[in-house]
Amino acid sequence: MLWQCIKMAMKAIAANRMRAFLTMLGIIVGVLALVVLVSLVTSAGDAVTEQVEGLGTDQIRITITDDGGRPLRLDELSSFTAHADIGEVAPINQISTTARFGDESGQATVTGTTPSYADISNLELISGRFLRTSDVTNNTHVAVIAESAAEELFGTPNVVGAEILLEGRPFLIVGVLADQETFISLFMPGYTVYIPYTTAVRMSDTLSSAVTTMLVSASGTDMYAAEVAIDEMLLNRFRRDEDAFDLFNQALVGEVMSEITNLLAILMGGVAVISLVVGGIGIMNIMMVSVTERTKEIGVRKAIGASRRSIMLQFLIEALTICLIGCLIGVAASWIVLQVATALFGHLMSFHLSPGVVILSIVFSIFIGLIFGLSPANQAARKKPIEALRYEG
Amino acid sequence: MITLEQVTKIYRIGDEEVRALDGASLRIAQGEFVAIIGPSGSGKSTLMNIVGCLDTADSGVYELDGQRIERYSEDELARIRNHKIGFIFQNFNLLSRMTAEENVELPLIYQRLSMRARRQRVAEMLDLVELSDRKSHKPTELSGGQQQRVAIARALAAKPSLLLADEPTGNLDSRTGKEIMSLFHRLHAEGNTIVVITHDQSVADQAPRRIRILDGRVQEVA
Repeated sequence: MLWQCIKMAMKAIAANRMRAFLTMLGIIVGVLALVVLVSLVTSAGDAVTEQVEGLGTDQIRITITDDGGRPLRLDELSSFTAHADIGEVAPINQISTTARFGDESGQATVTGTTPSYADISNLELISGRFLRTSDVTNNTHVAVIAESAAEELFGTPNVVGAEILLEGRPFLIVGVLADQETFISLFMPGYTVYIPYTTAVRMSDTLSSAVTTMLVSASGTDMYAAEVAIDEMLLNRFRRDEDAFDLFNQALVGEVMSEITNLLAILMGGVAVISLVVGGIGIMNIMMVSVTERTKEIGVRKAIGASRRSIMLQFLIEALTICLIGCLIGVAASWIVLQVATALFGHLMSFHLSPGVVILSIVFSIFIGLIFGLSPANQAARKKPIEALRYEG
Repeated sequence: MITLEQVTKIYRIGDEEVRALDGASLRIAQGEFVAIIGPSGSGKSTLMNIVGCLDTADSGVYELDGQRIERYSEDELARIRNHKIGFIFQNFNLLSRMTAEENVELPLIYQRLSMRARRQRVAEMLDLVELSDRKSHKPTELSGGQQQRVAIARALAAKPSLLLADEPTGNLDSRTGKEIMSLFHRLHAEGNTIVVITHDQSVADQAPRRIRILDGRVQEVA
């Protein structure tokens, strides 16, 4: 019976192709909106989350804003790492200066730090080594530079052993780092160079030996425990002055980002669902017309022995079929749209059909077909056979 | 096997009461070929609706195959029609989107017969009305006579107790009408019970037994 109903529905749709297509259009547009919008948002969200994670979600950034006359000294940091929940601590300071090699020169962001920084920020060495503790204690003039900086200044990434001029002072390049493509680089213009913390302090007129910014990692994966631990220790250090420092857990950024994208997806999806509902109303409208037009057919079927249920099923399945075909066309169209978007903006991010939203749109289409098909189908089923047979449309 | 006793059906049109059937009594035996004749407004259609289980009487008794047809639910009446009544209409009433074959198959689908049984029966019926070569044609591709023969095959497909024809030749030219009537004769000879409702005396004259209906009452015609 079900199969017969599907066959009949296909026949009815085929007999009125143009009308069926126009009816489907509402569903097609609705599904297109739902799938494309949600896919765009989740794709964009994924891309942003990836960036944020590359930025280091496994670190806490601490900025000391008001030390109350008791500056944090470099040698105090080791007391923090003693805590079981804390992994490593690296102080950072930054100066913007000119880097020069021969005739080539350019703007550089020079970061003064300690060896721990490499682990906390997941730096990847291509050649040579990172800074050593002895570099920091002896404030040696050594530098570790990013691969892109090496390429642009020296024309080759093999620059270990070469000298680079930073603010006119020669630095021995001891290591080359792989470029980290995160949008933190947006905030760090020019070449990326790392030098010992103490050396940076001496180079600059504005930097003091007091630690004002540092990165902290967890000993395990529990960023929250590390956050609590460092917060408590810093509060003790600064006489429970909550305004002495800012603590920024980057894991939070990822969470907030994914919350924002989820919210956006729901919002966009909600708007799209409204257009699906409008499409459903269109289907109801056409099904009503169709039922009236086919009154005679309903009469004949009933005379021949169709029960109310069979008539009901027939029209309900017709509405469902229109919805589902519309849905499939919509999903196919969405796929094409996303492919085109990827072709156009693929360098920024890749857009993919999110399987969840495809399933969701199918479920919604079925739901809408049922809801809006019910009333016309019921109208058809309730027709009196004698009157229906007498009907001349 | 068809028994009507004192069947009454009253319609209300506004304030007016129309006694479409007013104590109609009738008995038709298995295998009979009966014409029911009467002018329009005589209660012919009402009689056909009640005999065809499309409607139920207000009072009186209607028995079909020993089963009393009372105020059954619509679905129960549908089931009785499906198994016991084969309708043949003046304007054929074939479903235009379906082929001859599919039209004949329709009552069998509602009987929930298996696909194989349906195929077999449909082929048998189209053979009976000599339209096997037209089975894949749609109604619009068939002549009026052919369409009525498809309709007859559809009516016969469910193996009903009664073939109920309402002006079966009304939309056909006289030659084709005669063909249809001779098909009825053949079906009658094969043992089918046939009731033809008509206002056309020449059609009625071809039936072995004629019943006249006038003002909601039934009388035999000698």
